[in-house]
Amino acid sequence: MDETPGALAARAGAVGSRRTKPERLPGEARRIGYLYVAPAFLLYAAFNLFPLGQGINVSFYDWDGITTGSWVGLGNYTEFFTDPAIRSGYAHVMVLMLFYSFMPIVIGLFLAAVISRIRIRGLTFFRMLLFLPLVITDVATAVAWIWMYDVDGPISTAMRWMGLGHLVPSAGWLGDFNTALPAVGVFGMWGQFGFCLILFLAGVMKIPASLYEAARVDGANAVREFFAVTLPGLRYELQVVLVLTVIGTLGTFDEIYVLTSGGPGHATTVPAYLVWQRMFLTGQVGSAAALGIILMLIVFAVTYGLNRLMEREAEA
Amino acid sequence: MHASTPTATRARTRTGLTLLTMLTLVSVACTPGGETSQVSVPPPPASTGVPDTEPITLTVWDQESGQVSKVWDQLNAEFQQRYPNVMIERVNRDFGELKTLLRLAIQGPHPPDIVEANQGWPDMGQLVKAGLLLPLDNYAEAYGWNERVPENVLAVSSWTPDGKQFGTGNLFGYTTMGEIVGVYYNEAKLADLGLEVPTTFADFEQAVAVAKQADEVPIQFGNNDAFPGIHEYSSIQNETASVQDITDFVFGLQGGDLSFDTPENLQAATTLRDWADKGYFTPGFGGGGYDAAVANFAHGEGVFMITGNWIVANLGADNRDFGFFLMPPTTAGDPPVATGGAGFPLSISAGSQHPDAAAAYIDWMTSDHASDLLIEVGQIPLHTGGTSSSIQPGTVLADVVEAASTASETNGVVPYLDWATPTFYDTVTAAVQELMAKRITPEEFVAKIQEDYADFQSSRT
Repeated sequence: MDETPGALAARAGAVGSRRTKPERLPGEARRIGYLYVAPAFLLYAAFNLFPLGQGINVSFYDWDGITTGSWVGLGNYTEFFTDPAIRSGYAHVMVLMLFYSFMPIVIGLFLAAVISRIRIRGLTFFRMLLFLPLVITDVATAVAWIWMYDVDGPISTAMRWMGLGHLVPSAGWLGDFNTALPAVGVFGMWGQFGFCLILFLAGVMKIPASLYEAARVDGANAVREFFAVTLPGLRYELQVVLVLTVIGTLGTFDEIYVLTSGGPGHATTVPAYLVWQRMFLTGQVGSAAALGIILMLIVFAVTYGLNRLMEREAEA
Repeated sequence: MHASTPTATRARTRTGLTLLTMLTLVSVACTPGGETSQVSVPPPPASTGVPDTEPITLTVWDQESGQVSKVWDQLNAEFQQRYPNVMIERVNRDFGELKTLLRLAIQGPHPPDIVEANQGWPDMGQLVKAGLLLPLDNYAEAYGWNERVPENVLAVSSWTPDGKQFGTGNLFGYTTMGEIVGVYYNEAKLADLGLEVPTTFADFEQAVAVAKQADEVPIQFGNNDAFPGIHEYSSIQNETASVQDITDFVFGLQGGDLSFDTPENLQAATTLRDWADKGYFTPGFGGGGYDAAVANFAHGEGVFMITGNWIVANLGADNRDFGFFLMPPTTAGDPPVATGGAGFPLSISAGSQHPDAAAAYIDWMTSDHASDLLIEVGQIPLHTGGTSSSIQPGTVLADVVEAASTASETNGVVPYLDWATPTFYDTVTAAVQELMAKRITPEEFVAKIQEDYADFQSSRT
């Protein structure tokens, strides 16, 4: 890799400093650095770390948000294992993972492979079209989807027209206990796959054309080419997309809030929705805080795990 | 990926440790919520009305909207005219906003003087427990509030000062306007089916069956918003269980020994599920919205609709195409029982600098004059001797007002089920959705709700 002027200057500085202060290793942070990060750190501390500390504090109490809280130790955390509402919340989020993470990646990879193989006129236009759902606010599109999912909405109407009317749930797609969660999932998938596709397309362009040529010379068909060249070349993109979509799924809130409010019954509750509900509606602030902390730890663990997994595969 | 150098790792570890230490320091800091103390009843005012010795600013937080909100503006202006030394600062928020923001505002250094909070454990109960509301007993005495409304209207705003008992103790909020849940009917459709307004519960079930036979939508209903389900269930429960039992249950009286798992409640659940099973409700009600259901009913779809007085404004107060009755009793001639009670009560915050003026304001907002204005926009007065001069006989509003006054006079108003525990709204609405979709049996329904109730009752002691 070429050395940038900055890197050169840094090295010159390191050489210069070695003469005066030989005890510091080259590249080791200087004390003054702390001053530089101080403004950002203070803001971060005030608006992220401090509330986080408060959240941790509150999570050890049974607190309604107004009256004096009472210490319950890890009581709010053991609820995680005993409360069926929390359990089903995580079960729902696992189902959503399929729609928000797995399927968009599969669709994105497929489309990226197809688009990279064939020349399409106005590619930019199609890219924009596919990316559009991600740019529009979730809440606005969700309202449109509520209408689409209605028992008399376009989806149901189209199905009746095709003679599939008996498959339309009588309460509409979001009102039926069996279809509500997948319906929320499909909405999220529609929003996600454009994001995956854009990242994959960018990644595909980075893969040297010579690799494809070599594959073709070796007589690889499209499928073989995809697994031998495209997929390995997209490893880093895949990692980014996987981590981001999985974290996004774990934090799912607005789709649920707008589309179903966790209903019908509790068929579509998710952890983040439970946090909000306990915090603001039912005055279980301690429990909400504990749920939030657990969710954060799970996000950390999943991110760490995914990164390790991908790195190990990269090394292998 | 860069390999970590030992130095970088050490630095990272150090930073991590610093952060952890900080977080721990904050974590062990303090018990959230601070100290709370009970509020004693303020002395009776020297005289009624506002003392005109000094300029007074009263901050009022309310959650009214639409037409009613305009009436409030008018009443506020008139109050200021009456007492020139008073300035009213009105803060108008919607229900959800008020629920979340009020808790913060009322604990602050300059709390609002008058707040319009919801009743029940989740809202007023917690404010009382935290010592943030003023007991109004002496004001009620001075202004004669106790004689103006039925007992149960006062009960739903009454708490022991420690906030542990609901429905008894001191008065923490007052209103003369109420809500009542009953049955609306489409007059033309009922006549076409050759039916009369039912006078017994069996009559009603019969009428619904006839409507179903005639391919009408018997009961207009949309339950996507979850809350309407409570009203459908309660309307049946009111016929199977006794007023006393339901009321005591919601208030958590009898030491919380009452159970939801009773034969009466089970019977109500079974009936509701049968009705859903027989197609007595709008097809696909689980996915239909409440507002859409009201609009459909107003446009002539559905013979009956079980809901509250608040849709009078949607139908038009002077509408003569619709009528209203309370769910008829099991035995003809018995007094009807209906879910409802007081609307949002007005309370005085414990931190108010001008409690006497605030009490005068509450009296003004609940005066006959205020009632007259509020009736015109479809609100229901619960006070005895409520004026009805402005109501045209034969209109849907006239029916609703008459039904409300019947229920008030016979003490046949039972409180909303969802006031029973902080989580009851969610538990009951979800359970009703599951019951009506046949996801759970009536036995599971009552057991599920009882579990929530038992949890809360055990946490109270």
